[in-house]
Amino acid sequence: MDKALKKILADFTKNEGNIISLLQNIQDAFGYIPEDAVYCFSKELDIPASRFFGIATFYAQFHLSPRGKNIVTTCCGTACHVKGSERLLNGLKTELNLPEGEHTTSDREITIEKVNCVGACSIAPVVIINKKVHGKISADKLMKEIRLLRKQ
Amino acid sequence: MKNKPIIRICMGTGGIAAGGTEVMKAFKKQLKRKGIKADVKKHCLLHKVGCRGLCAKDVLVDIIVNKVKSTYQFIQPDMVQRIVDEHVINNVPVQDWLVTDDYHQFHNKQIKVVLSDCGTIDPEEISSYRAVGGYDALKQVLETGSPGDTIKTLKESGLRGRGGAGFPTGMKWEFCKNQSSPEKYIICNADEGDPGAFMDRSIIEGNPHAVIEGMVIGAYAIGAHKGYVYIRAEYPLAVERLRKALTHARKLKFLGKNILGKKFNFDIKVKLGAGAFVCGEETALIASIEGYRGMPRAKPPFPVYRGLWGNPTVINNVETLANVSYIIRNGAEWFASFGTEKSKGTKVFALTGKIRNSGLIEVPMGISLREIIYDIGGGIDKDVAFKAVQTGGPSGGCIPASLLNINVDYESLAQVGSIVGSGGMVVLDENDCMVNIAKFFLQFTQAESCGKCIPCRIGTKRLLEILERITAGDGRDEDLELLMNLSYDIKASSLCGLGQTAPNPILSTIKYFREEYEAHIKKKKCPAGVCRDLLDYAVLAEFCTGCGACKRVCPAGAVSGERKQVHRIDPELCVKCGACFEACKFKAIGKG
Repeated sequence: MDKALKKILADFTKNEGNIISLLQNIQDAFGYIPEDAVYCFSKELDIPASRFFGIATFYAQFHLSPRGKNIVTTCCGTACHVKGSERLLNGLKTELNLPEGEHTTSDREITIEKVNCVGACSIAPVVIINKKVHGKISADKLMKEIRLLRKQ
Repeated sequence: MKNKPIIRICMGTGGIAAGGTEVMKAFKKQLKRKGIKADVKKHCLLHKVGCRGLCAKDVLVDIIVNKVKSTYQFIQPDMVQRIVDEHVINNVPVQDWLVTDDYHQFHNKQIKVVLSDCGTIDPEEISSYRAVGGYDALKQVLETGSPGDTIKTLKESGLRGRGGAGFPTGMKWEFCKNQSSPEKYIICNADEGDPGAFMDRSIIEGNPHAVIEGMVIGAYAIGAHKGYVYIRAEYPLAVERLRKALTHARKLKFLGKNILGKKFNFDIKVKLGAGAFVCGEETALIASIEGYRGMPRAKPPFPVYRGLWGNPTVINNVETLANVSYIIRNGAEWFASFGTEKSKGTKVFALTGKIRNSGLIEVPMGISLREIIYDIGGGIDKDVAFKAVQTGGPSGGCIPASLLNINVDYESLAQVGSIVGSGGMVVLDENDCMVNIAKFFLQFTQAESCGKCIPCRIGTKRLLEILERITAGDGRDEDLELLMNLSYDIKASSLCGLGQTAPNPILSTIKYFREEYEAHIKKKKCPAGVCRDLLDYAVLAEFCTGCGACKRVCPAGAVSGERKQVHRIDPELCVKCGACFEACKFKAIGKG
């Protein structure tokens, strides 16, 4: 068994056997939840894999497929909505040439995501690029940041 | 040096986004340059503070020299040198960068209880909280009070749950105290999921110890030895500060075994939410802590009787708990002197949207909506008309201009079809479409419905479909009635608060803005110019300079025209993306 997985397993027993914490640890280690890891833990802990998947698909935080190197999260809270977050999202899709339903660029460089609210409403609209919060962002400024990401 | 200068830099999420970290670095550098660095702590107190409310003017910096406080707004790193040279060293404030009247106006009508220390103390230093009387309330309770006395004080204060439902906190604690169970729990609900609300985040970022102290007092009152803070993973800074605060509190014996030398053990664990709005509902939150899908169950039994792992559990909101230590320290009477007969104390609101001074405010219950929006908020941003204020997030409603004089308290807002909720207030102006707003909230609740009960799972989906067809220009004459009937049924038959309140945004917008729905359905027009499918774009010849900006951005090649000649949009080719409208600097693109 992989070292990373062993550590997660040890934490699981410490953590009152909480599957959500286990999945959070898996995602921290791999960036997403690989199917193989789920089956591995399912066998190891004798918990049906369906319970893992049931939880992973219930909570918005979990991702079942690999994500891009850079994560661009657009806040879609109420304040951001009335200040044009939808335009930002559409702009991102066009800029990155993403087909409908796709959130990661084919070169796995950038993934775009939505979040319900990051609670930074007084500086709406807000976009988070690799964990850094950008407030009062315009479509122009956002595209500049994206082009910067691509260059790196 | 007795009156050492104090420099406070706002480093909440808003402050950091505006460059707070860089400003802090610049101050350190400049102080070092001036030889003050050697004793930053001793001679000049430079520290970070949490949100003090007016995030729109970040980075805000306070400089206190000889006990005189000056506040600067919009500070960037390159401005720091001048501030240090002129103000910190020579005590001559840089007039040009000081806050203006609207900053003071923003604070004038506020009464700060929960936020009284947010924005002045360093959230990462327990000594800073101790210096303003922090943990004195806990000492007082453990040394001279009994659990019964504590509950009595809470009941007399009239404090009601600040998470939305407004249940009297003292009563909740009493119910739980009266249960004879060896294991009891206290949970702090920091799963602030309402879009447009950030009270809880700011409180934890600005004064995490107040929440911890409230929890320890609560645990003592009900007889719990274990507590949880269920906090959103979307709030990384709040989580970090909370964890740090817990570690510090343990070191000083405010948490752990034999707290303050008494026979009372209590500790707190942090549980990260995983991004499900429904987990703000208490039974769903419990399921989530237990490691299951966050699905609510029927109540009763209420969590105070059967909660976490089947044991009596008190669940309080962040703001509720943060009030506790101030109530104990200042007395129930003091707290009850604020507010109205049934809604005591103050409430923190997140005032956002199309408002000039957007930010975090704390006002006495019962203040009028007009005072909040015009006196504190400074009115509408830009010269457009106020339309409505949305309170209570997806569970709340929209209050129109005609009702601006109502008082903001639990009862009054409920009367007009909205709720206080957790405290989000999003201001909307004439450019916002109310049908679109209703659709926005239904998209949210529909996506966040856990799927357990049918009225909510299928009902919200149907509501959304009807709103989608109305905004797409396919609305039917009978749609309004259908929306209302369906709404009443969903409210009456859903299992938990999510479904029971999900139709509120629709009902309140139909009630106050019926003509907008009718314009969408009958005339196929969106009066506010928001719903894309109902819009037509055209060049206004008298304003067009022929600069070609619209032509360049049009993704469909629908704009034609020679340079310096009036351009034209081909309605057949136009995809109504609005790019030309955005790009035009001369307001020469009309929509409607």
